[in-house]
Amino acid sequence: MKIIACIKQVPDSEAKVRAEGGQVSWGDAPLVINPFDEYAVEGALQQKEASGGTVTALCVGTESAKEALKHALAMGADEAILVSDAALNDLDTVGAAKVLAAAIQKIGGADMVVFGRQTLDNGAGLTPAQTARVLGWPMLGLAGQIKVDGGSVTVERVLEEGRQSMKANLPAVLSVVQSIGEPRYPSFMGIRKASKATIPVWSLSDLGASAPAPIVTRTELMNPPAQETATEMITGETPAEIAEKLADKIIAEKVL
Amino acid sequence: MKTFVYIDHFKGEVQPASWEALGLAKSFGTAVALVFGTGVDEVAKAAVEFGADEVLVADDSSLTDYRAEVYASTLSALASSQSPNLILFPTTARTREMAAMSAVDLNTGVLTDVSALEVNGESFIATRPIYEGKVLEKTVCSGKPVMATIRGRAFPKPNREEGKSGTITKVSAAGEAKSTVEGYSASESAVNLGDAPVIVSGGRGVSNNPNITPPAGMDEKQAEVWRAQQGFALITDLATLLGGAVGASRAAVDGGYITYAHQVGQTGKVVAPDLYIAAGISGAIQHLVGMRNAKLIVAINKDADAPIFKQARYGVVGDLFQILPALTEAMKKKLGK
Ligand SMILES: Cc1cc2nc3c(=O)[nH]c(=O)nc-3n(C[C@H](O)[C@H](O)[C@H](O)COP(=O)(O)OP(=O)(O)OC[C@H]3O[C@@H](n4cnc5c(N)ncnc54)[C@H](O)[C@@H]3O)c2cc1C
Ligand SMILES: Cc1cc2nc3c(=O)[nH]c(=O)nc-3n(C[C@H](O)[C@H](O)[C@H](O)COP(=O)(O)OP(=O)(O)OC[C@H]3O[C@@H](n4cnc5c(N)ncnc54)[C@H](O)[C@@H]3O)c2cc1C
Repeated sequence: MKIIACIKQVPDSEAKVRAEGGQVSWGDAPLVINPFDEYAVEGALQQKEASGGTVTALCVGTESAKEALKHALAMGADEAILVSDAALNDLDTVGAAKVLAAAIQKIGGADMVVFGRQTLDNGAGLTPAQTARVLGWPMLGLAGQIKVDGGSVTVERVLEEGRQSMKANLPAVLSVVQSIGEPRYPSFMGIRKASKATIPVWSLSDLGASAPAPIVTRTELMNPPAQETATEMITGETPAEIAEKLADKIIAEKVL
Repeated sequence: MKTFVYIDHFKGEVQPASWEALGLAKSFGTAVALVFGTGVDEVAKAAVEFGADEVLVADDSSLTDYRAEVYASTLSALASSQSPNLILFPTTARTREMAAMSAVDLNTGVLTDVSALEVNGESFIATRPIYEGKVLEKTVCSGKPVMATIRGRAFPKPNREEGKSGTITKVSAAGEAKSTVEGYSASESAVNLGDAPVIVSGGRGVSNNPNITPPAGMDEKQAEVWRAQQGFALITDLATLLGGAVGASRAAVDGGYITYAHQVGQTGKVVAPDLYIAAGISGAIQHLVGMRNAKLIVAINKDADAPIFKQARYGVVGDLFQILPALTEAMKKKLGK
């Protein structure tokens, strides 16, 4: 099976992110592989282990995103490809989907393309379904479990209403959630392999594509209103006394 | 101004934020509700009662089970023929997919998780969270129609006028499904964290009660899960009394205490209830990003230094196994329930 895992690089979730002078700043916090995309790589590797084949990690981003791709290689991906082009500034999700679809075609297609649920930065959660639509492939979203059987794939979708089992023919686009299993740690051998790997960088002209015109654009950045942090500790002699006081406080806030 | 409002439902159970979207659409002008599925007459009727000027119903066997591809094609066909200015959705797993696909068909874009929407002449300016809500952006869509999924509980819910009559028009489904639904597992009940006004959440601490003895024959892990289930029963009691839902930290989910659908945080749900009570949760950043926009946060933890207290308006240093039942009792009495 030929499997592609789509990953993005984002600022670490511990980063203190602020809007500053019309830009987003995350100080000196590291850039990491988007946490959901670690699950995508994990899901892809599980399928490779189950059915054989290869896993290719694919990212649209700047040169720095090679580090995120190296993480995927260290986890066990066979190869990594970066699509990078100065003309990709202000890419929106439809644009990202078109570029990803073109890259997937250039790779020579795939049996399965695995995405994360959402990114930590822009977090639209649209790219997987849009890539599926551009490719004309079925979309099996929010998979917590994947099972390939011959030419078809069945996933357990994790929805608010419960689990839903959904089946489609390959090739298909999937997105995965945390229930797929903890992402494996890069092995020592994996890290060595990744550090030596040369990651090909494809430009738009390599893909035979032009820069998609952005449809969704940002007009303003704001910091959320500062949050009230004055904490009042409720104390008392017995749990009943504490509960009594706390109940009064909660009721007085008129949130019920 | 004409707005389509997609009414998201699961087997006839409507996501309440659909009505909030309908209310928002009315504030801009004409609101046309879209109801897809089979046997959805009750949903269409409810849409009229919540104020839709017209309801378009696509009742077709291809739409019985939600499949993103057919739902998106049906939506795209309706949007092409009726040219709304705006299409609103509640933000759910389903709407993210179908809106995403329909935007590709219509060569437009989707503004997701919108908490405010202003009209500016012909265009709409949406406010939405980015970087896990650490920053907000205003964003616009130059395509037509503009598509936006709204965040639950960010817009007022319109009043329902029981028995109101209105125009319900049948429309046809379009496109082909690319998948089949093999079944649903009934073992998990619906968890609607996004719409819950109150959430009571439990963390790893919920399994930490040395004073109760698990049934004989359990190994250590089974005993831990059993203890945690007793803890979650206390959480459920309080949540039920307050008309709320049960949430959890990732440690509780990973520990097998409760299902992933309950998880709040970075890799779970982002919620903003009126009241969030965290019990036995330490307050890791990945949990905080999921709940810090709650109006009132209460933390119960036996460690006075737990970071969750920095985020809380009220804190109790104590054992959740003692505090929770006492709080449920006190609330019962004071609320006269
Ligand atoms: C104002 C602005 C400017 C931007 N400028 C640039 C730029 O100059 N260059 C650039 O490369 N990007 C840029 N981006 C990011 C680019 O727009 C996003 O990659 C794309 O829009 C995906 O949107 P999202 O982050 O909401 O992903 P979501 O839809 O939330 O992502 C879901 C899943 O899709 C996959 N995915 C998402 N993005 C990528 C990606 N880039 N590569 C591979 N897989 C992906 C992942 O599996 C992810 O889990 C910019 C974004 C904004 C908002
Ligand atoms: C990429 C990534 C994504 C993540 N996503 C999420 C996410 O979506 N949601 C999430 O929650 N976490 C997430 N995490 C995990 C997060 O970092 C923490 O590990 C997790 O939130 C800890 O859960 P906890 O607070 O229940 O457990 P702990 O940190 O172990 O805290 C347990 C707390 O219970 C208290 N306690 C113990 N016994 C009692 C008692 N009897 N009464 C009262 N208090 C008691 C303890 O004092 C302690 O503070 C993520 C981590 C990563 C790396």
